[in-house]
Amino acid sequence: MNSSTASMATASTELLANRIRRRAIKMIHRAKSSHVGSVFSSVDILAVLYEKILRIDPAQPDWTERDRFILSKGHASAGLYAVLAERGFFPESWLDEFCVDGGRLAGHATHVGVPGAEVSTGSLGHGLPLACGMALVGKRESRPFRVFTMLSDGECDEGSTWEAVLFAPFHRLDNLVAIVDYNKIQSLGTVKEVLDLDSLAAKWRAFGWSVLEIDGHDFAQIEDAFGEIPARPGSPTCIIAHTLKGKGVSFMENKLLWHYRSPDEGELRLALAELGES
Amino acid sequence: MELAEGDDRIYLLVADIGFGVVEPFAQKFPARFLNVGVAEQNLTGVAAGIAVTGKIVFTYSIANFPILRCFEQIRNDVCYHKANVKIVSVGGGYSYGPLGMTHHATEDIAVLRALPEMAVVAPADPVEVRAATRAIVAHPGPCYLRLGRAGEPIIHDSAVKFQLGKAIQVRDGDAITIISTGALLQNAIHVADTLAARGIQSRVLSMHTIKPLDDDAVLAAARETRAIVTLEEHSIIGGLGGAVAECLAESGNSVPFKRIGLPSAFSAHIGSQEYLRSQSNLSPDGILNSLESLLAVHLV
Repeated sequence: MNSSTASMATASTELLANRIRRRAIKMIHRAKSSHVGSVFSSVDILAVLYEKILRIDPAQPDWTERDRFILSKGHASAGLYAVLAERGFFPESWLDEFCVDGGRLAGHATHVGVPGAEVSTGSLGHGLPLACGMALVGKRESRPFRVFTMLSDGECDEGSTWEAVLFAPFHRLDNLVAIVDYNKIQSLGTVKEVLDLDSLAAKWRAFGWSVLEIDGHDFAQIEDAFGEIPARPGSPTCIIAHTLKGKGVSFMENKLLWHYRSPDEGELRLALAELGES
Repeated sequence: MELAEGDDRIYLLVADIGFGVVEPFAQKFPARFLNVGVAEQNLTGVAAGIAVTGKIVFTYSIANFPILRCFEQIRNDVCYHKANVKIVSVGGGYSYGPLGMTHHATEDIAVLRALPEMAVVAPADPVEVRAATRAIVAHPGPCYLRLGRAGEPIIHDSAVKFQLGKAIQVRDGDAITIISTGALLQNAIHVADTLAARGIQSRVLSMHTIKPLDDDAVLAAARETRAIVTLEEHSIIGGLGGAVAECLAESGNSVPFKRIGLPSAFSAHIGSQEYLRSQSNLSPDGILNSLESLLAVHLV
């Protein structure tokens, strides 16, 4: 992030985000798994959410009035598990069990046996409908909890996503926040090349959402956006976060390769050095 | 309605289907009714999201709509989360016969039976429908309730004992066992009574629950009667016939066995449920014809 916008208030979150990045890249390296680029584009937002925004209690992960967070882009699970461990939902040692034989943590976000992981995702286009169901109960029963879900940009190709985009404003779910991790790269190419989402904010607005566009790596902007929820009473909020795939490691940034490639020993060392591992 | 009166966890979700059916619930319990619009994937995802907050959510539509279009939502969002979602489809088999292939629900049992956590129930008559509805509300976790259309004849006494996973015996005999699911039970009884007039006493089981299957009733039939046939308005692949065949094959029992149902083919005909049943040998005469060779070889 731009150091001129840094402040004492965001410094600890920035440190948390880099700890999550270091954790996640080690998990992915050890498991020889993929999606490190997708994790890194989303991590700064996760750090703000879990440090400052979500009303959750690691001692009571099933507290009925907790805020819900659904990682709809379930392939970025390494970041979610790392932040849950940071917040104390489970021991950090569990992170060594990511994607390995007999391990506790699956390669796509999985709630079974993982305190704090709200639901299981991994097939795209499932998170927003689930979030709508939870938010609907919250509104109809005047419950205090809020529901947050993070989508990938590629996920905005899914019809089921748009069914829910149409649904939420009609039912006035202003306790619902959809975050689009708009890193502009999807599975087989750039979003522009595969299926252009241009005017993405206008699309969500046209469906009735209150839309905020932010730099998804500017901690102050992220925090400000979440501080404005609901941005308009009666409407769900969409935060379109402009992000960089692979953010934080120079040779991974904006590279499709890092949707797939697992860092080898040398790449891991270089990346960790850039991420400030002493 | 009665169940919803007594249990405020019960929600009803529809995808813009149910004219003349869902209005009483919608009017009486507006806070627990939701029409999501013509969007079955969202229907099922929203239902799962509601259910995981501690509710019992019915999704209601017709034919294949609440099943195939949203199958992955059922698998991932409902079953994996053990969400208390009850999928209700009206129009099992050829109930919507004249409306064409899109409205023929002929593989639903097979695909839903394959999903972990899912119970699959296809009641035979209004008495079973009523009992099954109570039973699936009491059963925690995902259920599929396959209904026919309105107007099936009443077969059972209203006091009949109904338990999920337990077949109901409606005729007894030692010659042949007809295991039927859904509304074809009336034809099974007709066939059994016709055979009885010829001196062939048959056992008839209403296998309203296809999953979990009543293995004990199947194996008892294998021991106590000389042949078993299954009867369903569904593909012979993967439905009741498949379930019973799996049970028999692994049991070590050797018993003459035949699946009567629909071939794995789209219907080449247009017409009512009665007409399409007759074209597929699911009318009483058609079933009898299918049985003759079995009877000739094993029962003469």
